[in-house]
Amino acid sequence: MFLPVTLALLAGFWQTIQVFVLTLLFSLPLGLVVCFGAMSPFAPVRLPVRWFVWVIRGTPLMLQLMIIFYGPGLLFGLPAMSRFWATVLAFSVNYACYFSEIYRGGIASIPAGQYEAGQVLGMTRSQIFFRVVLLQVIKRILPPVSNEVITLVKDTSLARVIGIYEIIWAGESFIKKGLIWPLFYTGVFYLIFSGLLTVFFNRMEEKLSYFKG
Amino acid sequence: MAVLEVRDLQKHFGGTDVLKGVSFSVEQGQVVAIIGSSGSGKTTLLRCLNFLETADAGQILVNGLPLTGPGLTPAQIRANRKHFGLVFQNFNLFPQYTVLENITLAPTLEKSDTPQAIHSRAMTLLEQVGLAHKWDAYPHQLSGGQQQRVAIARALALEPQVLCFDEPTSALDPELTGEVLRVIRGLKDTGTTMIVVTHEMEFARNVADLVIYMADGVIQEMGTPEAVFDHPQTEKTRSFLRAAHQSY
Repeated sequence: MFLPVTLALLAGFWQTIQVFVLTLLFSLPLGLVVCFGAMSPFAPVRLPVRWFVWVIRGTPLMLQLMIIFYGPGLLFGLPAMSRFWATVLAFSVNYACYFSEIYRGGIASIPAGQYEAGQVLGMTRSQIFFRVVLLQVIKRILPPVSNEVITLVKDTSLARVIGIYEIIWAGESFIKKGLIWPLFYTGVFYLIFSGLLTVFFNRMEEKLSYFKG
Repeated sequence: MAVLEVRDLQKHFGGTDVLKGVSFSVEQGQVVAIIGSSGSGKTTLLRCLNFLETADAGQILVNGLPLTGPGLTPAQIRANRKHFGLVFQNFNLFPQYTVLENITLAPTLEKSDTPQAIHSRAMTLLEQVGLAHKWDAYPHQLSGGQQQRVAIARALALEPQVLCFDEPTSALDPELTGEVLRVIRGLKDTGTTMIVVTHEMEFARNVADLVIYMADGVIQEMGTPEAVFDHPQTEKTRSFLRAAHQSY
C-alpha cells in the first residue's frame, strides 16, 4: 500500500505546491500595492483600502474562498472561474492584505532620519525608497513574513472546500479503506516542506545580518 | 557678495511661531556658529535652509540667486538642496552600506562624475576625516565619533556651497567630541563655508567667524565671538551665557 498512497499524496501535494507558489508570487507584490494604498496621504484611496484590509483580515479565508468561487455565478450570473484559479485569487488577495500590514509596520519603523539623510543628499523619493529604505525594511519584516509563509503552507488545505484535491483530502480518502496512517503521512509532507522553508528563511536572515539597523 | 543670504525667514508649526523673521548673511569661507537654548529655532532654521521644512515667508539666496518662492516642485527642491549639506545630530548613515558606499551612493545616483572619479574623491575625503582605513567597515562597526566623521565626508562628496551641522557632537560621548570638532576646524582651514548649530561654547568662540545667538525664534545677538561672548549687549544673552558657562 505504501507506493499507491505515496503517489496519491504526491498528486495532492502537487496541488498544494501550486497554490502555495502562485499565492506567494501574486500576494508578495500585491501586498506592497495595498500597503502603499493604506499609507496614502489621499483619504479617498487610504480609507477604502484600509476598510478592505479590515474586511479581508476580519473574515475567515474559508468564507472568502466560497464567495469568490460561488459568488460571481449566483450573484451576477457570470460563468464560474475554475476551482484552481478561484483558489489562487482568494489566497492571493487574503495574503496580500496580511503582507501589506507587515510591510506597513516595517516601513513605519524606519527612522525619519534615513529619509532625511537621503533627501539632503539630493535623492528622489523612489531612490530613497529603493536604495536606502527597502533593504532595511526587508531585514525587519523577514521574521513576520516567514511566519505568514509557513502558515500559508498549512492554509492551502482550506482549498478543499471548493473542491481542490489537496494533500489532506488525498490522505483522507484512505480512511474509508480503514487506513489512518496516510493522514499521519500527509503531516510528514507538511513538516518537510515547512522545515525547508525555515532553513531558507534562516539563511536569508543570516545573509542580512551583516548590518544592524 | 555673500554666498548665503537669509532674509526675514519665518516658519510656524500650527499656532507656534518657531522662526519670527531671521536675517543674516554668510561670506565665502566663513564659519557661523548658532547658539541658543533648545526650542529657540536653531534646528528649524537649518532644516529650512536644507528644505526639509518649507519656510512660510522670507527668502534664501545663494550667490544672490533666490531659492525660495511659492510652489516649488520636488525637482526644484532637490536642486535647491544641492547648495547645502547637512550633518545630523544622529549621523543617519545608511546601515546596509559600507563607509565608502555611504559616501559614493548619492554622487553615483546623480551621475555627477565618472565612477572612478567619485571613488577617488570619496577616498580623499575619507583621508581628510582620518578614516581611510575604515573604508569597508559598516556603520555599526564604528564609534559615534567615527560615524559622524563619515557623515561629514558623505555631505562633502556633493560639494555643497554651505555645509550645515545640527549639533554634530550632542549625541557623542564627551571623549569623542574632540575628533569631530577637529575635523570641522580642519575644514575651516580648507575654506569650507559652514553653519554650525552647537552647544560647544569653547568651539564657537575659537572657530567661528560669526556667532549668532538665537532665542524665541529671533536672532537676539550676532557678531564676532569677542563681541558676543565678551561684550554681550542684551540681558538675555548674558543670562544664557552664564547658564551655559555653569553647565560646562
